[in-house]
Amino acid sequence: MLDSVDGKGTHMKKLINDSADVVSEMLDGMVVAHPEYVRRLEGTNVLTRADAPVDGKVGIVSGGGSGHEPAHAGYLGEGMLDGAAAGEVFTSPTADQLGAMITACDGGAGVLCVVKNYEGDVMNFETAIELAEMEGDTEVEYVVVDDDVAVEDSLYTSGRRGVCGTILVHKVAGAAATRGDDLIEIKRLAERTVERVGTMGMALTSCTTPEKGEPTFDLGDEEIELGIGIHGEPGVERAEIMDADAVTDHLSERVLADLEIEENEVMTIVNGMGATPLMELYIINRRLQELLGERGIETWEGWVGDYMTSLDMAGCSITVLELDAELKELLGAPADTPALTV
Amino acid sequence: MDEGTQRAALETALESVAARIEAEKGHLTELDSAIGDADHGANLNRGFQAALEDANGEGDPGEFVKGVGMALVASVGGASGPLYGGSLVHASTEFEDGIDRAASVAFAESYLEKVKDRGKANVGDKTMVDAITPAVHTYKHAIEEEELSALAALTRAVDAAERGVRFTTVIRANKGRASYLGWRSVGHPDPGATSTLYILEALHETAAAYLDGTDEPLAEDAE
Repeated sequence: MLDSVDGKGTHMKKLINDSADVVSEMLDGMVVAHPEYVRRLEGTNVLTRADAPVDGKVGIVSGGGSGHEPAHAGYLGEGMLDGAAAGEVFTSPTADQLGAMITACDGGAGVLCVVKNYEGDVMNFETAIELAEMEGDTEVEYVVVDDDVAVEDSLYTSGRRGVCGTILVHKVAGAAATRGDDLIEIKRLAERTVERVGTMGMALTSCTTPEKGEPTFDLGDEEIELGIGIHGEPGVERAEIMDADAVTDHLSERVLADLEIEENEVMTIVNGMGATPLMELYIINRRLQELLGERGIETWEGWVGDYMTSLDMAGCSITVLELDAELKELLGAPADTPALTV
Repeated sequence: MDEGTQRAALETALESVAARIEAEKGHLTELDSAIGDADHGANLNRGFQAALEDANGEGDPGEFVKGVGMALVASVGGASGPLYGGSLVHASTEFEDGIDRAASVAFAESYLEKVKDRGKANVGDKTMVDAITPAVHTYKHAIEEEELSALAALTRAVDAAERGVRFTTVIRANKGRASYLGWRSVGHPDPGATSTLYILEALHETAAAYLDGTDEPLAEDAE
C-alpha cells in the first residue's frame, strides 16, 4: 500500500498497515503460518519453539532488531533455536523481554544466548542475564558473534559486527544441545564457530525502514557500496558498479584473507540482503565455488538464499566457515525449522 | 527518617526527574541529533513516564527504585535502557534496609560501577560516565571525609556533574554512536552526560524539599 509521502513528493511503497505495528503483525503472521513450530510468548515480541522448554536440553536463544527475516524466528525448531526475541526494526529487544525468553526456554539445563555484536544487543542481553540470575536459578551463558570482516568498529559497534555467520552459530549450538551436550560445552563449540567464520557484504541499493520511509543512505545509479552491515548503515567503501564475478572476488578475497584458512574444507553461504533475485545469488555462488577451487579449498556444503537480510536492500554477503570434524558433524546434524531444514 | 517518609521522598523524586526530563526532551534530542541518532530525549522521556505510571505505593525503598529501573529497562530501548535502567536495578539492593547517608554512597558507587561495566566506558570517553564519576566521587568525599550532610554533599555532586558535562563538550568521543564522528564530535556536549546532570538536579531539588542542613527531615508536612 501507499504508506507515506515525504516532503519531496516521493512515495514509500510497502506492504504494511501502520508502521508502528509491523513487528507485532509480522510475529502474528509467523505464528499462524507455522503453528507446529512456533508460538508467541504472551505479552511479548518473543517467539519460542511450540514445545519450549524442552526438558533437560540446554535452551538456545537469540534475538535482535527486526528487519533481518528469516533471522531469527525462522530458525526456531528442532536442532536450532528455542527462543527468538524480535526488537523494533533495527533496534535491540529490551532486556525484560529477553529475560522472559530466557526463563521460558530453560528446560532445567541452562540457556545459551547467541548475540550479534551490536552495543544495544550486547547490553540488553547482559542486563537480561543479570536479571534472570537475580530472579531465579537459571544458568545462563552467552556468546557474541562478530563475523563481519569489513570493519573493526562501526556506527553501532565496538569491534566487528555480527551478521550472517550467526546462522551457523545457531546451527552448531542447536545441534550440540539436541545431542545432549552441557551448557559449557555448547558455549565452547559456539565460540569455536565464531572464531572460524567470516562474512563480507555489499549493497546495490540501500534499504528503507517503515518508520523513516526513505532510504537510509543514497547510492547513485552506477554505484555500489562494499562492506555494508545489516542495518542500512553505509559501508566502508563506495565503488563503481562491477560485474558479479568481480564483486564475488572482492568479497571472498577479503573474507579468506581474514580467516587465514589452514584446513582445506569450508562451508559457505551466499546470502541475499532481502531484495536480490535468487538468480543473482546463484551467479555469485558459481564464481565463489570456482575461486575456492582455484585456491585448493573444498566446499563441503554451500547454502544459497536469504538467511540474514536487511529489509528491502538489494545485494549479498559471502560467509565462509573453516570446518573441522567436530563442527562438520554438528552442521550436518538434522534441523527442522521454518527457514532451514537439514 | 521513617520508611513512609523515605517512600514519599522517592515518589516526589521520581515525579521531579520525570518532569525535568519531559521539559528537556527537545533539548536532549537536539544535542543527540548533533552527534547521535536524535532520539535520546524522546526515549528517556518515554521511560520515565512509564516509570511514573508503574509506580505503586508498595514495597521498601529498594523495591521502589528497582521498579523504576525495570520500567526504564522495558521502555527506553537501545543501549540507554540497560545503562539508565539496568544500573538502577543493580544499585537498588543498597536501599533494601532503607536510605541513610552510608546507603546513599553505596548506591551511588554501585550505579557508577554498573554503568562503566555495562557500557565498557571510562572517564574521558565522552559519555554519561564523565558526569557520574565526578558526581559520585565528590559525593562520597563530602559525606565520608568532610562529614557534610547529604543535602550539602548532593549540592557539590551536582556542581561536579556540571563540570563533567562541560568536559564532555571539549573532548572527542570514544564510545557510543558519537565515536563514529571522531574529531567532529568535539564541541558538542554528550547528551547522556547532560541528561544525567538533569536527573541529579531534580534529585537535589527533591532532597532540598525534604531535608534540612543536618539531614533531619524538614517539617512533618514536608510532602
